[in-house]
Amino acid sequence: MQIYLPIAELSVNIFLLLGIGGGVGFLSGLFGVGGGFLMTPLLIFIGVPPAVAVATQSNQVVASSVSGVLAHWSRDNVDFKMGFVLLAGGVLGSTVGVGLFSLLSHFGQVDLVISLFYVFFLGFIGLLMFWESTRTILRTRRRGPQLKKLHEHNWVHGLPLKMRFRKSRLYISALMPAGIGFFVGILSAIMGVGGAFIMVPAMIYLLGMPTSIVVGTSLFQIIFVAANVTFLQAVQNQTVDLTLALALTVGGVIGAQIGGRLGAKLPGEQLRVLLAALILFVAIRLAWELGTRPAELYSVMWLAPPG
Amino acid sequence: MSKPSNMRRHFLLLLLLAFSGLATPAKAAEPLVADLSNHLIAITTGFTGAQVLLFGATDGPGDVVVVVRGPTGRAVVRRKDRVFGIWINSAGRDFAEVPNFYAVASSRPLELMLGQETAQHYGIGLANLNIRPVSETSAASTDMLQALTRIKIDELLYQPSAGKVIFLGDRLFRVDFHFPANVPTGSYLVEVLLIRDGQIASAQTTPLVVSKIGVGADIFEFAHRHAAAYGIISIIIALLAGWAAHLAFRRT
Repeated sequence: MQIYLPIAELSVNIFLLLGIGGGVGFLSGLFGVGGGFLMTPLLIFIGVPPAVAVATQSNQVVASSVSGVLAHWSRDNVDFKMGFVLLAGGVLGSTVGVGLFSLLSHFGQVDLVISLFYVFFLGFIGLLMFWESTRTILRTRRRGPQLKKLHEHNWVHGLPLKMRFRKSRLYISALMPAGIGFFVGILSAIMGVGGAFIMVPAMIYLLGMPTSIVVGTSLFQIIFVAANVTFLQAVQNQTVDLTLALALTVGGVIGAQIGGRLGAKLPGEQLRVLLAALILFVAIRLAWELGTRPAELYSVMWLAPPG
Repeated sequence: MSKPSNMRRHFLLLLLLAFSGLATPAKAAEPLVADLSNHLIAITTGFTGAQVLLFGATDGPGDVVVVVRGPTGRAVVRRKDRVFGIWINSAGRDFAEVPNFYAVASSRPLELMLGQETAQHYGIGLANLNIRPVSETSAASTDMLQALTRIKIDELLYQPSAGKVIFLGDRLFRVDFHFPANVPTGSYLVEVLLIRDGQIASAQTTPLVVSKIGVGADIFEFAHRHAAAYGIISIIIALLAGWAAHLAFRRT
């Protein structure tokens, strides 16, 4: 059954969209990530214009983050104070990101920048995760689990504007989380992702937050950043496709539940190795595409659309 | 297309047959009469492309050329080049008067019945379109223009030989046009030309509108007219969807 996507101006099989939503939702439930980094390349692959894919994906991220954060909130795993500081930076960063996005589409370089961002960040995070989790698996096998320090003191603790975050058991400068939020906000806008794959490691390793509240807090601020991106993309570029977002959300919600249930039964470290492999696969694929000569060297874009 | 519309088309042809059989001998008719089976292509939620029949009659032997033109606009053609091992858009060139749709159908190959000058004057055939580079003309812009038409042909938006105009007897003719799922919206113009001895003996134009209809059209309209409200509504729907998902799966 074909469905016409009014903003993407494309006719797609509805079951393909539900399938993509379900598949990505399954993986996101399984691994506990948003899955935006898989969804955007898949949408572009089936012919959705990159600008529409990125903007629409942000809208879908709002929906999946809400259901995620509600689950974490009921377990009291959200640091709202930290969330607000993060999202203050995030809203600012995503506004800058959407502006950059408009500028890049004007110069015809938006596809390239999306791909480069994906290759760089997915490659970097994928390698880091792969190395980290294989090392943990090997170490656990040799000596059994080890005790870690709560968090380490580093240069971050020397910054001004110190603030107390009770839930995170931290007394640090507000500039640090706001700065991380700003940086991830830019990525969110350009890549159409929630940005948890950068945010979560940054919260653990740079801020030193307890792992238990990291995911809930990250999801909490993602809602606002993704909503901001959706709004700005709708206003500046008219690229949010509501029909597409709904189809992806329906599939995604169901897939995430199934994935989440399966994920709870599987060992964490092995899952992380799998996730790292998946991230690296996407990065390598995109890098490969950038490096191979395209079948059609030319492209056409309307400057003043006919009408 | 579906069966009923095919039947309707045949019915129209029959009507036309009856009409021309009765009316032509009675008085000196127009040299050329033609019409479309449908003047509106409605892009609805389930749109997968459309087919439109053009039918007509001439007052005697001759060749018929039909040109379908979409509205024109300004487009930029960009070329990818290899920079530091990756392929990126480099040079770009602007073109004006680019039609978003263009299709030609004829009863015989164009070059056999039309002089080059006439074809150029009336913009018949891909090579005779009025597309022009906005800045200076150069070798590069010729490559770009070729690429532009090649890409549009691949997308089925330019159809240099859209079909053969078929004569039923020597007066009645018909031709089918296929519009792909990605057909751009706008007011199109269909030109029907009667060619005799390499010259245009008679011409008729008829409008064709491609328009989004229904929910999809409303969403598009709303997204462009009330962008801020559309953005806010999108967010609210996403929030509600997320909340509903949480409620639905909380107990199980």
